[in-house]
Amino acid sequence: MPILPRNWPLWLLVLALITLPIGVGLLWLLLTALFDQVHGLRPVGAFSPENWRFLFEGSVGGRPSIWVALKNSVFFATAVAGLEVLIASMAAYAISRMKFPFRTPYLGMILVLHAFPAVSLLIAIYYILRVLGLFDTLIGVILVKASLELPLGIWLMKGFFDQLSWDMEMAALVDGASRWTVFWKVALPLVRPGILALGTFALLSAWGEFILPFTFIVSGKSWTLALYMQSFMREAFVDYGLMAAVGLFYATPVLLLFLLGQRYLLNIYSGGVKG
Amino acid sequence: MKRGIPVRLEGLSKRFGKVEAVKELDLTIEAGELVAFLGPSGCGKTTTLLMIAGIYRPTTGAVYFGDRRVDHLHPKDRDVGMVFQSYALYPHLNLFENIAFPLRLKRVPDGEVRDRVQKTADLLGIGHILERKPAQVSGGQQQRAALARALVKEPQVLLLDEPLSNLDAQIRLSARAEIRRLQRDLGVTAILVTHDQAEALAMADRVAVFSMGELQQYATPEVLYHRPKNTFVAGFVGSPPMNLIEGEFTGDGFRAGELRIPIPGAPTGKGWLGVRPEHLSLGETGHPARVLVVEPLGREVLVVVAVGEVRLQLLLPEGEKPAIDREVQLVFPTRELHFFNAEGRRIGPE
Repeated sequence: MPILPRNWPLWLLVLALITLPIGVGLLWLLLTALFDQVHGLRPVGAFSPENWRFLFEGSVGGRPSIWVALKNSVFFATAVAGLEVLIASMAAYAISRMKFPFRTPYLGMILVLHAFPAVSLLIAIYYILRVLGLFDTLIGVILVKASLELPLGIWLMKGFFDQLSWDMEMAALVDGASRWTVFWKVALPLVRPGILALGTFALLSAWGEFILPFTFIVSGKSWTLALYMQSFMREAFVDYGLMAAVGLFYATPVLLLFLLGQRYLLNIYSGGVKG
Repeated sequence: MKRGIPVRLEGLSKRFGKVEAVKELDLTIEAGELVAFLGPSGCGKTTTLLMIAGIYRPTTGAVYFGDRRVDHLHPKDRDVGMVFQSYALYPHLNLFENIAFPLRLKRVPDGEVRDRVQKTADLLGIGHILERKPAQVSGGQQQRAALARALVKEPQVLLLDEPLSNLDAQIRLSARAEIRRLQRDLGVTAILVTHDQAEALAMADRVAVFSMGELQQYATPEVLYHRPKNTFVAGFVGSPPMNLIEGEFTGDGFRAGELRIPIPGAPTGKGWLGVRPEHLSLGETGHPARVLVVEPLGREVLVVVAVGEVRLQLLLPEGEKPAIDREVQLVFPTRELHFFNAEGRRIGPE
């Protein structure tokens, strides 16, 4: 039974006020997507499914099918999150638990990397992708996005690993485990909250990523939903109804994921991190 | 189950940076023996244990299990079981899987795992709660589970790192006896690390007393108690601790400040006189002293008296309780006196 703060109606009011702009924004999006036309929040004209035609027609205005973009986005987000969780947990474990040369400078460099805005690296990354033959491929952008997110992930996971007791690992070693087994069978299951938090965070971040695919992907077959949506802005006459519907379609998975994953996300901001 | 093997430490040292945690340790533990490593925290006893387990690599020296040199071996190749102070159970696994963990790593077939885990758990009285997670059982049960996990692979050497210090005083006494009984029944060679001298004396065949990374004395509890090798052992073993008075031996007695004790055949020179609280008494004629503190301990009374600057502790039967601030006559025994030289080393037979 959660205990309410003493003046909870007041708190509720404050929270409602803070949430109001977001709520109004979503409502606006919903109304725009469902009606022919809206003036502000007031629908003008009839309810119309016309804005949702992108779901059924193969392509709208020469764009690839939304389903291709959806598939790409799902692949992009899961691949980024998977890579990030895997590499970050292994790197963080090593940093948290092992002694190796240049450990401290390495940690510092990771932090510096995190401080770099990705945009400032775009040109350099472009050249690297060209050389590797990964320009205009989803794989290339996945690698770029995952690497840029890794510093945060490593620091986060290091915080979780730092909290594990040494005794437990020593016990596993004496029980007959190798270092590798200790990592997989003992350490990793115990940082599950961290993995879920980082995974959710990475999924959300990759799902919303725009600038990297926008810069490094040209062909429509590799478009993600972010690119699909942006393409409406390039037209002379912007069909806001259609765009709102696409936006809603794009935002729904995020809302669902957030509802499912908010518990884990809170771990990032409370208790989880300890440098 | 098979019998344990002897463990031999030769010139074992461990250095962490500039700190010498263990210095040139030589020690042999016979097969099937229970040896306690006793000392205050930071004395090197746990470091030594971890070197035997294979968690730490010794800086110099060797560890032998029987005739096999093991100090270069990974812990998994040493055939040791270990119980940690924190128990170090895996919180994400239930007790069954915790105890089964060492067997799973050895790829023991499922049926055999089930039999051996059940048998070991029954031996320790936790056979009925194996499906619970560590957080769902009591501290005493966690301790038993940790012991079961250490024993299930039938190791030749059992290492116990302060296994009882997180238990309630009541359970601790019964757990002491139980570990001792199990260890004897299984015949496994065991090393118990503890800072509790009563625990070491009660459980161990022999006790190794450590201080500042060095072995002070390695002997049976009786020898440790009656013939401590130096002032550190004398002051550490026994509760309440031995009175150690710094002063001067005069050949026929001892003096320290106002205190004068005639001792026929005493040595000469500066040194320490040691006398245990239970060997001091009050009488009609003796050394005048003033009572400072009276602390009833139940069956006995702990009394602190002052002779000039010198403070002494006495254990008296409950009936002889003196009043505070009273002048009393302190009687020194003639036999149970310990002489130490100025460096703190025992003078006389060891």
